[in-house]
Amino acid sequence: MRKMLLTTMTVSLVGLWACAPATTDAPPPPVVSAPAIDGPADSAPAQKLTLGFAQVGAESDWRKANTESIKAEAEKRGHELKFSDAQQKQENQIKAIRSFIAQGVDVIAFAPVVETGWDAVLAEAKAANIPVILSDRTINTQDETLYTAFVGSDFREEGRRAGKWLAEKTNGEASILELQGTPGSAPANERKAGFAEAIADFPNMKIVKSQTGEFTRAMGKEVMEAFLKTPEGQGATALYAHNDDMAIGAIQAIEAAGKKPGQDIVIVSVDGVKDAFLAIQEGKLNCTVECNPLLGPPIFDLAEKLVAGEQVPKITYSEEGVFDENNYADVINDRKY
Amino acid sequence: MASLGRIVSSRHFWPLLVFVLTLLLLRHLSTDFFSISDGRVYGSLVDVFVRGSQVMLLALGMTLVIATGGIDLSVGAVMAISGAMSAWLLTAHEASAGVAIAGGLGVGAVCGLWNGALVAWFGLQPIIATLILMTAGRGIAQLITDGTIITFHHAAFEALGKGYALGVPISVWLVLGMLLVIGAVVDWTNLRLSIESIGSNATASRVAGVPVARVRLLVYVVSGLCAGLAGLINAANIAAADANNAGLYLELDAILAVVIGGAALSGGRFSLTGALVGALVVQGLTTTILTSDVSVHATRVVKAVVVVLVCLLQSPAFRARLQRMIRRRP
Repeated sequence: MRKMLLTTMTVSLVGLWACAPATTDAPPPPVVSAPAIDGPADSAPAQKLTLGFAQVGAESDWRKANTESIKAEAEKRGHELKFSDAQQKQENQIKAIRSFIAQGVDVIAFAPVVETGWDAVLAEAKAANIPVILSDRTINTQDETLYTAFVGSDFREEGRRAGKWLAEKTNGEASILELQGTPGSAPANERKAGFAEAIADFPNMKIVKSQTGEFTRAMGKEVMEAFLKTPEGQGATALYAHNDDMAIGAIQAIEAAGKKPGQDIVIVSVDGVKDAFLAIQEGKLNCTVECNPLLGPPIFDLAEKLVAGEQVPKITYSEEGVFDENNYADVINDRKY
Repeated sequence: MASLGRIVSSRHFWPLLVFVLTLLLLRHLSTDFFSISDGRVYGSLVDVFVRGSQVMLLALGMTLVIATGGIDLSVGAVMAISGAMSAWLLTAHEASAGVAIAGGLGVGAVCGLWNGALVAWFGLQPIIATLILMTAGRGIAQLITDGTIITFHHAAFEALGKGYALGVPISVWLVLGMLLVIGAVVDWTNLRLSIESIGSNATASRVAGVPVARVRLLVYVVSGLCAGLAGLINAANIAAADANNAGLYLELDAILAVVIGGAALSGGRFSLTGALVGALVVQGLTTTILTSDVSVHATRVVKAVVVVLVCLLQSPAFRARLQRMIRRRP
């Protein structure tokens, strides 16, 4: 909201930022090969393959966990990984994909920085008979055959799960405040739509206020502060935030208004980052729906099948949990991001 | 009639009028506009000042820079750096609040010195010189935080963003203190005259014996310090350093505040209180929109329309045309 005038233009760029909306600029790094271990250590003896992965960048904790999962899985299974960090620039990603083609990798995977402009380079990959896996973000193209498979989160399902959890928790009765993500971004649109679907069956669940918190803590706090000074906000019994960071900011605003987060207002958010688990532990957050960054295993599952010549599904959604006070303790210590 | 005309054409009249109207609307929308509970002020009015404190601080520094004919695009990134630095000191080194604050302010001043040196000593265009830190600054902040959001728990430091003194939020005291210090220095010395003369004509000022380079260096350092302080408030407010989002695009809000406050981007006359009023207009709109039921997609448009209106009402050319239109009416 502080963002004025010019920022509407940049919103489209932020559009696809899934679980964390931010960018940095830095010079493009060269394509590097992660050290490969000879022979699979313990997993099933799959054929050794070379996978080229073009990552978006390192803009958030979520993205870092995503990168580490892919690197760790390559090492574990003894595959060779050629990893490139595009530093949020499409031209870097296109360059990386071209270099993967030139090196003749077995499979290319990438997390597209933006939705459009991939047709030319993906046609080159197709001509070279290299299968392409999209990781955690989709692309806009007329020709769906340009990529082989997509693996990632189902944002709409995340919203549905948040809605279902809240319906159960409140017995289908709640006045809900909603903190939306960056307007126009896929996770914000889908998480909003999914949640609305889930609560549509409950006539006594209503969203009474909805504004954007831009996926950040500071804006989550500021918007919540304003909400709590409206008639609707004062009567609200629940908060749905499109990501954990906004919920964490909102918790502070609820406390400042003299209410108890987690008790006076039931809070559910999406992502499942470490700080959210800590908030559940403190009893201030009630539930977080996971947006899983650990895509290494499903990506290499797909890659192994592709190299073996098997058919793979066009869309693979990653396994994602719903964590509340009953089960957060199972994972809080393993959570790295 | 003549005195009314003078009031209406005063630089502060229109922004103040818009601010007051916004507050009236906010008072109508809000269930807690202003109250005092437990010896502390509370309510939407307080939110406007607390949330606006960061842009107000930036606007104080920015108005000096703009008055010399320069511009500082780096303040948002400098906020991220100072917040990151203090959070890093608090967590990695378990530093005291004093050390963390000194670290954050120090790094802000160094950033300002860098900008000032590029402009004053090496003659770079201000927009280019500060663009460097605007783009690189967030990277520096991320290096400090190692790309993560550093969360900390430190009551004394968090007081900068959440605490109260004498019932008034500390962030508001900080703005007031900065206003008084800068105001006293520019008006009790010949600094105001030097700044305005540089902004009007740098060459003539130099010939007349104004230490142009030194004054330019100074205003960028002050701007860096203000940004550093704003960054500390930002981090203290959410008890975390968010290198990606802290101060993002706030340089634009600060420039807007200065312009709404009646300063010309070409330099020359400046008004510190005008810049603060400008910042309050921007924040008043934001808080009012958040309290109202304006849809997510319309909020930016609503803000833009009001801002354009304020700027037009301040433009002599626009006002003259308006007057002619009114007079022509039989």
